[in-house]
Amino acid sequence: MPIITYRKWSYIFSLILIAGSLLSIAFFGFKTGIDFAGGSLLEVSYTGERPSVEDISLELDKNPALHGYSIRPTGDKGYILRTPYLEGSSHSEALQALSLGKEIPTEIRFDAVGPTVGVELKTKALLSLALVMLAIVLFIAFAFRKVSEPVSSWIYGLVAITALAHDVIIPTGFFSIMGHFAGFEIDGLFVTALLVVLGFSVHDTIVVFDRVRENLRLNKEKKNKEEFGATVGKSVAQTFNRSINTSLTTVLALLALYFFGAGATQHFALALIVGIVAGTYSSIFLGSPLLVTIEAWRKK
Amino acid sequence: MLNIRLAAFGLLILGIFIGFFAYGSIPGRTPALFNSFPFVLGLDLKGGTHLVYRADVSTLAGGDVADAMNSLQQVIERRVNLFGVSEPLVQVERGGLLNARVDERLIVELPGVTDIDKAVVLIGETPLLQFKLLKNGEDLTNLSGVTTAEEMSSHFEATKLTGRYLQNAQLVFDQTTSEPQVSIQFNSEGSDIFAEITKANVGRILGIFLDGIPISLPVIRDEILGGRAEISGGFQAQEAKDLVRNLNYGALPVPIQLVSTQTIGASLGGEAVERSIFAGLVGFALVSIFLIIWYRLPGLISVIALILYVVLNLALFKLIPVTLTAAGLAAFILSMGMAVDANILIFERMKEELLSGKNLSDSMHDGFTRAWLSIRDSNSSSIITAVILYWLGGTAIIKGFALVFAIGVLASMFTAITVTRTLLFALGLGAREHKGMARFLFGNGLTF
Repeated sequence: MPIITYRKWSYIFSLILIAGSLLSIAFFGFKTGIDFAGGSLLEVSYTGERPSVEDISLELDKNPALHGYSIRPTGDKGYILRTPYLEGSSHSEALQALSLGKEIPTEIRFDAVGPTVGVELKTKALLSLALVMLAIVLFIAFAFRKVSEPVSSWIYGLVAITALAHDVIIPTGFFSIMGHFAGFEIDGLFVTALLVVLGFSVHDTIVVFDRVRENLRLNKEKKNKEEFGATVGKSVAQTFNRSINTSLTTVLALLALYFFGAGATQHFALALIVGIVAGTYSSIFLGSPLLVTIEAWRKK
Repeated sequence: MLNIRLAAFGLLILGIFIGFFAYGSIPGRTPALFNSFPFVLGLDLKGGTHLVYRADVSTLAGGDVADAMNSLQQVIERRVNLFGVSEPLVQVERGGLLNARVDERLIVELPGVTDIDKAVVLIGETPLLQFKLLKNGEDLTNLSGVTTAEEMSSHFEATKLTGRYLQNAQLVFDQTTSEPQVSIQFNSEGSDIFAEITKANVGRILGIFLDGIPISLPVIRDEILGGRAEISGGFQAQEAKDLVRNLNYGALPVPIQLVSTQTIGASLGGEAVERSIFAGLVGFALVSIFLIIWYRLPGLISVIALILYVVLNLALFKLIPVTLTAAGLAAFILSMGMAVDANILIFERMKEELLSGKNLSDSMHDGFTRAWLSIRDSNSSSIITAVILYWLGGTAIIKGFALVFAIGVLASMFTAITVTRTLLFALGLGAREHKGMARFLFGNGLTF
């Protein structure tokens, strides 16, 4: 099985992606959405000609309540203005400033999240991430409690967790890079996407491991002496179509969502696509080969 | 064999029925039964304003908090109704971090309202207690059918007397009938005004208005001195109690502070709905085409199962009802891609069993049996994720996603396993050795 034989290359490939992601996170960091950071987001659309960013900035600079704002164009006629949390009259002042003394532009949406709510949402998001991880570890430990030969059940668990870390780090790194260059934000929906990826990817990994377990049992029953690497290779081959096809149908649905769906969920769909592709890759090219590598170490 | 065909036929008929149910949100085109369950759209899809207030309950004893929040909700509900918004939502929520300080929150949703500043002012205002006289020549029958506050007040003339002069209100019981009544006491200035009004208007109706809505319409029987009045409106004990509370808490029972707001213009919401529906159709088409090309006959059957999955979900959204948001629709589209996972597991397993030399019927049976464990595991992990998301998801967006996702996973267990199985076996490919066409139809991939 070439995937097992040439596993070194898939390790290197994954390591490059992970290193790149971690570097981006370290240097670029993240842009956080207002649901985590607190603040206000005002999207407006002009009926006539849209004024230039410079003209608007001149006007916005005059109001201290809007200090720290950022503005970017959206569509052909609109702008999205992000400011600190706007209270009381500062919302209408912002609209007034955007009008440049002419007609007030149409308000498409206005979101405002107070600072305490932001902290709470962020904490909850991190907590749910931790809980899902924990639930998955318990789940794997339970599902593989009866496997012990030739590698013990906790190693399956460890490998699955490694694969999961891989699947979370890559989309996070991707969003860090996209945040730096295209303003992508880490928000509640992004964390939701990560959680879905976690569930999807752990299952992908488990399907392969399940097959390894079944083949090990069959070999034992038939008194069939087979190298562990060969058993794992066979299992990967048997589940290969399924892994690819399931990811493919899911990614097809997500591509439709990304290209044609609502603007609010576009980045969400992209995070899922990246995560699911990474997850499928890791369950085929990372998880199972790692089992073989670990078994080889332990034999030495 | 006959049984399974009957079951398959039954499933298809059921599917068509559910499909009509799901489709039928167009008034006039479908039977009334279907129309009585419309899709519920979240604010992000229909446009409107979502406000979250934090109530400051730090001065209250623990046991009073629930009562105060309840009262707050009622006061705000009354004010919100002044807007004339259809289906406004006012609810109390407990927020805050686990174990740490608990936040008491009030959530207000105003569909269709996009003037957030006006909404905020109206909600934050202190409530208004007014006493108004029914105009001469009018009687109570003129008021039936009047719904808006504006129309209501056109039948009345204002007096100087307002809640400003109220000292307190208490619950009393009539000594003879033991009917619950609300006793109000004005301060001295209020007492004088009250005496003046009652003296001049014996026989007329003095309406008691809270936030512009008449809560009681007593008739003035005599001049009232001493500033005390009993409102006997045929109250239930609870109603009278609520009224006393509302009067005493003329101001909001607890101070509130606006902590987050969201306003979505109607055009953005409408566009999101249209785009989501189109994305759903494209996603469905892509998945279906793939399934039929790769899995041939079983693929076609799994597409039928997928159609059933879609209509079943839509029907559940209406029946439960699930408030659909952009994230919820995204969850639904995502779940279509994932729902066929069980089919793929089963079909791949069937192919293996076929390759190992078994006949079609045995391969089908074993394919279903052996794939089950894996299907169960996969769906369990999705359900775990959905439950944690729903529980900890701080925002309506995430909760909406989690709910739709969970419903999808459960519905897919039924359609991808039971429906596919019934339809496949109903095809009636027995234990005979199948060659040629049947093998081709049940094969998969791009090989022959």
